[in-house]
Amino acid sequence: MSQQQFMQNPWSNWMKGEGPDSDIVISTRLRIARNLRQHPFPLLATDSQGEEVVRKVTEVAESEALRKRHHLQVIHMDQVNPLEKRVLVEKHLISPHLAEESRKGAVLLSPDESVSIMVNEEDHIRIQVLLPGFRLNEAWEIGTKIDDIFEKHLNYAFDETRGYLTSCPTNVGTGIRASVMLHLPALVMTQQISRILQAINQVGLVVRGIYGEGSEALGNLFQLSNQVTLGMSETDILSNLYGVARQIIEQERVARAYLLEHTRVTLEDRIFRSYGILMYARTVESKEAAQRLSDVRLGIDLGVISDVSPLVLNELLVTTQPGFLQQHAGQKLTPDQRDERRARLIRERIADTERPAGT
Amino acid sequence: MNCEECGKRPATLHLTKIVNGEKTEYHICEHCAQEKGDVFTGFHNFSINNLLSGLLKFDPMQKSVKESTSTKPLRCETCGLTYAQFSKSGRFGCSDCYTFLGDRLDPLFRRIHGNTQHIGKVPERTGGQLKIRKELEQLKQALQKYVASEEFEKAAEMRDRIRALEQKMAQS
Repeated sequence: MSQQQFMQNPWSNWMKGEGPDSDIVISTRLRIARNLRQHPFPLLATDSQGEEVVRKVTEVAESEALRKRHHLQVIHMDQVNPLEKRVLVEKHLISPHLAEESRKGAVLLSPDESVSIMVNEEDHIRIQVLLPGFRLNEAWEIGTKIDDIFEKHLNYAFDETRGYLTSCPTNVGTGIRASVMLHLPALVMTQQISRILQAINQVGLVVRGIYGEGSEALGNLFQLSNQVTLGMSETDILSNLYGVARQIIEQERVARAYLLEHTRVTLEDRIFRSYGILMYARTVESKEAAQRLSDVRLGIDLGVISDVSPLVLNELLVTTQPGFLQQHAGQKLTPDQRDERRARLIRERIADTERPAGT
Repeated sequence: MNCEECGKRPATLHLTKIVNGEKTEYHICEHCAQEKGDVFTGFHNFSINNLLSGLLKFDPMQKSVKESTSTKPLRCETCGLTYAQFSKSGRFGCSDCYTFLGDRLDPLFRRIHGNTQHIGKVPERTGGQLKIRKELEQLKQALQKYVASEEFEKAAEMRDRIRALEQKMAQS
């Protein structure tokens, strides 16, 4: 895939809408942070030191062992424009930090975008695996194998007591951050969500909006991830997250069944009103779009709406973001122009659901 | 005053941004402000590191560190990061900062992770060497002990194990 295609194609593997528990878990993400010994961390590195790290990492990516698994393509951050960077952020392939603040940053992407390796983000190497549905173990297996290959060729900063040494004290130890993106409309509607979020914070996990730290939970989407990385093994971290996510998924299912049983007409009315707005509106703000898409997705998952594919919803989640809309238009757009384009895009895609997804 | 971006809604946010001494004023509505996230980078800067820096500032450890700095400045020999810089940014400059800060990091790690010791994955190559080196040290100590107590059979056994390990280390 060419660099251009990564920007133009709205599809990433994680949006497939398949995999275990895909009615609630949109995607699973695993990130492994690693650094090289005897190289200053990106925060303090000079441009030439940063370039050296990119060179070393890309050399490994081109090695036979890694090529056998993944054909990674390198994209250097200083060779993409701000709009293209924003698209990569909206597709969850790079972090806002790599897009905006890194010097000599780069990303290595697999063709289906399920593997993305950021170079010179906060750490030298951040291996990310992004899969559709609830698949923590699979994500870890893919990630740890890539990690092993890198470790064969590079001198990692590792310490017996502290584990993998990272730029930020919050990542030291295992260096792993695992997360699941959950769609929880029924827990929000039944106002149980705040109680659950409070409980989560007490078990070493954390909840954020879908675009990471500091972002709000748009469209009832919540990102649940581990907080602790030191003093717990990778297996413990993953099974802790798995257990808590499992509980929340069950709670959401119970809440959905309750709403359907006790407030069916109100619920259907809400779902169909949102459906109507998405099908006919001429201008939609991003926040409203996210909420309406959430309602329609709930409608699909409950079998209330049967003629829209959940795949289209995952795609719209990304393509209705400001960066993508502008990339698609090929120009900068004012917020009003974006609202208009967003409405048109949603109308067209929903009306077009017969078309096989991904074409 | 109407919003400068859309020109329709009333401007509810008034911002002054100064970049390289150049002052720019923004008058925009809340809707456009949300869409135009880049204007607000100043607000989004509040991150986990600000919190960490907060933890370190109120860290009683820091006080004792400050007192002791009068004779010798605390600075990482590899990257030059000082304790003061670390407590301000909440980030390390290189992997050697962990060595230079040493046990001083324990209270911080305990607060963030509830732990100070790694128990997870060990890298095959770099970590493997560490494991072997540790084992070698133990064997050498045992060897000396057996030699001192004239238990030569056991000492010979230690010597053979040390040789095998040293060979393994040289190969890897």
